[in-house]
Amino acid sequence: MRKALIPLIIFAALTVLLAVGLTLNPTTVPSPLIGKPLPAFTAPQLHDPEQSLSSDDIKGKVSVLNVFASWCIPCRQEHPYLAALAQRGIAPIYGLSYKDKREDARAWLARFGDLYQGIAYDLEGRVGLDLGVYGVPETFILDRHGVVRYKHVGPVDATALNEVIVPWIERLQREG
Amino acid sequence: MKRLLFLLLLLPGLALAALGDFDTPQQEARFRDLSQQLRCLVCQGQSIADSNAELANDLKREVRRMILEGRSDGEIKEFMVARYGDFVLFKPPVKGSTYLLWFGPFGLLLGGFFTWFMLARRRQADVTAGELSASERERLARVLNQDSRGDA
Repeated sequence: MRKALIPLIIFAALTVLLAVGLTLNPTTVPSPLIGKPLPAFTAPQLHDPEQSLSSDDIKGKVSVLNVFASWCIPCRQEHPYLAALAQRGIAPIYGLSYKDKREDARAWLARFGDLYQGIAYDLEGRVGLDLGVYGVPETFILDRHGVVRYKHVGPVDATALNEVIVPWIERLQREG
Repeated sequence: MKRLLFLLLLLPGLALAALGDFDTPQQEARFRDLSQQLRCLVCQGQSIADSNAELANDLKREVRRMILEGRSDGEIKEFMVARYGDFVLFKPPVKGSTYLLWFGPFGLLLGGFFTWFMLARRRQADVTAGELSASERERLARVLNQDSRGDA
């Protein structure tokens, strides 16, 4: 009787394994940056090429760094949710304008709303390369020491915002 | 039609050719070799050599730049892994988190052999399970007799 159960147990174990596998997203590549300081960069600001924004400017507070582009359709989709996050004012949101023409990026922000504390302009994607960006939009959550603690790949939606990003920000703020 | 096929054949070459020249053929060979080993993260099944995606072209440009700077293959791979993780390598390194990947198939094979061995041994044990007892022999004779009578 007990031996007859063995195939059933193997079957159940396989089912669990495969069910977990099905819920994983194969296009999400785990970032090697998690737990490491944000790679150092200095880039001109989008709105004012004379001024620069560097990775050091982002330190000091729990913050969000969002990689976006005017040519990126999912960025439009996530924009209202980032705007909602900005509205709550719990953490500053910085932007990285990725491989975009300056005027296009600025027109896009004028149309949909500029919710960023500061935007680094990365025409050639050099900063993006150092951050391991492989698809826009991507959103990094940094603790107050400037260490990358979480990375969201793809558009932020209501679920990601309320169940992942906001809880992460609050947890990091409690951490001190 | 033929012309179209010919053009299609040229496409993979173009993905590599668009990147400018190297100082020596060795550098170019290293470039080809390395870009075959690096995965394009947008089009995950392809190497950056086979892909014309923008990210793949960026990575090829970086590989080329580092080769011209005289960096070693190991350094170039490290550069990519630091940014994109082990996933960027088609051949993942052997380490704690990849043991299952590397040794899992051999484990399954061994498990299969073990199961087969156990089953085979048990079957043999069943065959040589020993002599029948007196009452079993009697029952067997009865059953066989019944059977032959039924057939007739």
